[in-house]
Amino acid sequence: MRQILYLAWRYLAYHRWKTITLVGAITLIVYLPVGLRVLVDQSSRQLTARAAATPLLLGAKGSSLELVLNSLYFGSDHPELTRYAESVRIAESGLAAAIPLYVRFQARGYPIVGTTLDYFDYRGLEVATGRGLAMLGECVLGSRVASALGVGPGDFVVSSPESVFDIAGVYPLRMRVVGVLEFADSADDDAIFVDVKTAWVIQGLVHGHQDLTRPEAAAGVLGREGNRVIANAAVVQYTEITEENRDSFHFHGDLSEYPLTAVLAVPPDQRSSALLQGRYQSEEQAVQIVTPVSVMEDLLGTILTVERFVVAGAVIVGLATLATAALVFLLSLRLRRRERLTLFKIGGSRLAVAAVMASEVIVVLASGTLLAAGLTLLTSQFGSVTIRALLRA
Amino acid sequence: MPVNPGVSIRDLEFCYREGDFRLKIPELAIARDSTAAFIGPSGSGKTTLLNLIAGIALPQVGRVVTGGVDVAALPDAERRNFRIAHIGLVFQEFELLEYLSVLDNILLPYRINPALRLDGAVRDRARELADRVDIADKLNRNPDRLSQGERQRVAICRAVLPEPWLILADEPTGNLDPVNKWKVLDILFEYAGRADTTLVSVTHDRDILDRFAQVVDFREFHAPADGRPLELSGPPRSVAGARLEVGRDGTG
Repeated sequence: MRQILYLAWRYLAYHRWKTITLVGAITLIVYLPVGLRVLVDQSSRQLTARAAATPLLLGAKGSSLELVLNSLYFGSDHPELTRYAESVRIAESGLAAAIPLYVRFQARGYPIVGTTLDYFDYRGLEVATGRGLAMLGECVLGSRVASALGVGPGDFVVSSPESVFDIAGVYPLRMRVVGVLEFADSADDDAIFVDVKTAWVIQGLVHGHQDLTRPEAAAGVLGREGNRVIANAAVVQYTEITEENRDSFHFHGDLSEYPLTAVLAVPPDQRSSALLQGRYQSEEQAVQIVTPVSVMEDLLGTILTVERFVVAGAVIVGLATLATAALVFLLSLRLRRRERLTLFKIGGSRLAVAAVMASEVIVVLASGTLLAAGLTLLTSQFGSVTIRALLRA
Repeated sequence: MPVNPGVSIRDLEFCYREGDFRLKIPELAIARDSTAAFIGPSGSGKTTLLNLIAGIALPQVGRVVTGGVDVAALPDAERRNFRIAHIGLVFQEFELLEYLSVLDNILLPYRINPALRLDGAVRDRARELADRVDIADKLNRNPDRLSQGERQRVAICRAVLPEPWLILADEPTGNLDPVNKWKVLDILFEYAGRADTTLVSVTHDRDILDRFAQVVDFREFHAPADGRPLELSGPPRSVAGARLEVGRDGTG
């Protein structure tokens, strides 16, 4: 058998481009439906699990899917903004614990999640190295962000402007990394967590600058009207919150009007959940409260429908490719008829001659199937990461 | 190795399933360690007779005894084993496998039949044969990078590697220029003489007949109108006692 395999190998190596094309075709024929099935299964499991672990989400009226994807997977498309007052309202209702979420900014391509310490408790996120959030301007990294960026406690990450033209709005904020979370195998691994107030600092709603009453800021002062001081752009705005300047940071305007992307509501029981949802049923409400599981089930229904179409398409293309491959094999056998006759004439055994002729088909089919199995294995290994990356994009 | 004289044929009748070709050989003997040439027009049955001797084709009637073995009586697997071990075949078109190197082409018989066992000694012998026919420096090349003469030398090495006692060559010089023709013939005859091997060759080239001890001229035979066999009356060096008949429209 070793000799036959050697002859098969020499034949396939000599006709390497034909072999690669055939193996590629067989790989795709097998992998497309199987890999897609694995990916959809993983998506379903992951989406459902994360959604099931998030009882209720409140956000501005609009796309409930966008609200859920942004809040669960920190996608770059953020929903209409709601107000901090809604978080306070839920907390004061006594029907659920309220965890504010402000997922709008990014640092080096990773989402910055503004929230409170309750989020870490609720998701069961533990700090692997360093410590948790304690002060304004600090951040805690998800495990994958830390390893991807190669930063840890004591290092800094800088928030990115929303766009290159956003020179007047969102200032880059240099944030001190104080901790890295344990690997959680969820979207939390790919996020940078800050206190929600730090997120507002990034937006410029909370800011710190030179004390305008001090002499070194005099050059920036345009005028004074009682308690109001009018300053120009020469006044230094802090882009990092330190021990020295922390006290200079202050809120402008009404805190209850500060923006959030969502409020994660955690009712203690079904009754509270039902009551809370009832309060937001009115058409007049500017906000909506959604059950992430329901939204995800709708999405999965769509995905499964799409999958059926894709699989049906893949099967048709696969059959056509298989027919083409079969034609190539038949033509190859026909072209090798003379070789077969030579092997017979010089005394090749019936089995050996048949094996030499069949080896091309067998090796190509086996290689294609093995490659497809390998790809499927890779898909199952890295599928969840890919899905999360796609959801974040 | 069989001790019986080379090839003996008696009362042989053969025809293909399709076509009108008929070959009838009442008697033919080729001595052991001898050399014989089959000559004659195309379609006269020369190649068919080689195939019958090798057991590639089987007679409907009569016996072909090759090295003391009635080849047709053997089961298919044993017939193949017999052929690969005892008969070396050389073809006009060389029939080398394009995807194998020269060395692998020479070793081919050992890879396609477990009756032959490939080991270090065989590999050494293959290299030695290649060296004898001046292709030792081309062992790693594929046949498409060889000249016609070199290809036929590779084919001869492949045929003689299992050390057969009978070489059947079907127009081995038919595709070669004069220089290579004589070179290939020298190699075949040198091997046949050195290894006490019987050499039977089909040829259209009358210039080379002098080198054969025995010549069987198929032109002397034709199908009688009444179907009766004719007595052989070939050239002087045709083997005594041999009688052949062929149909006019056969292939050979």
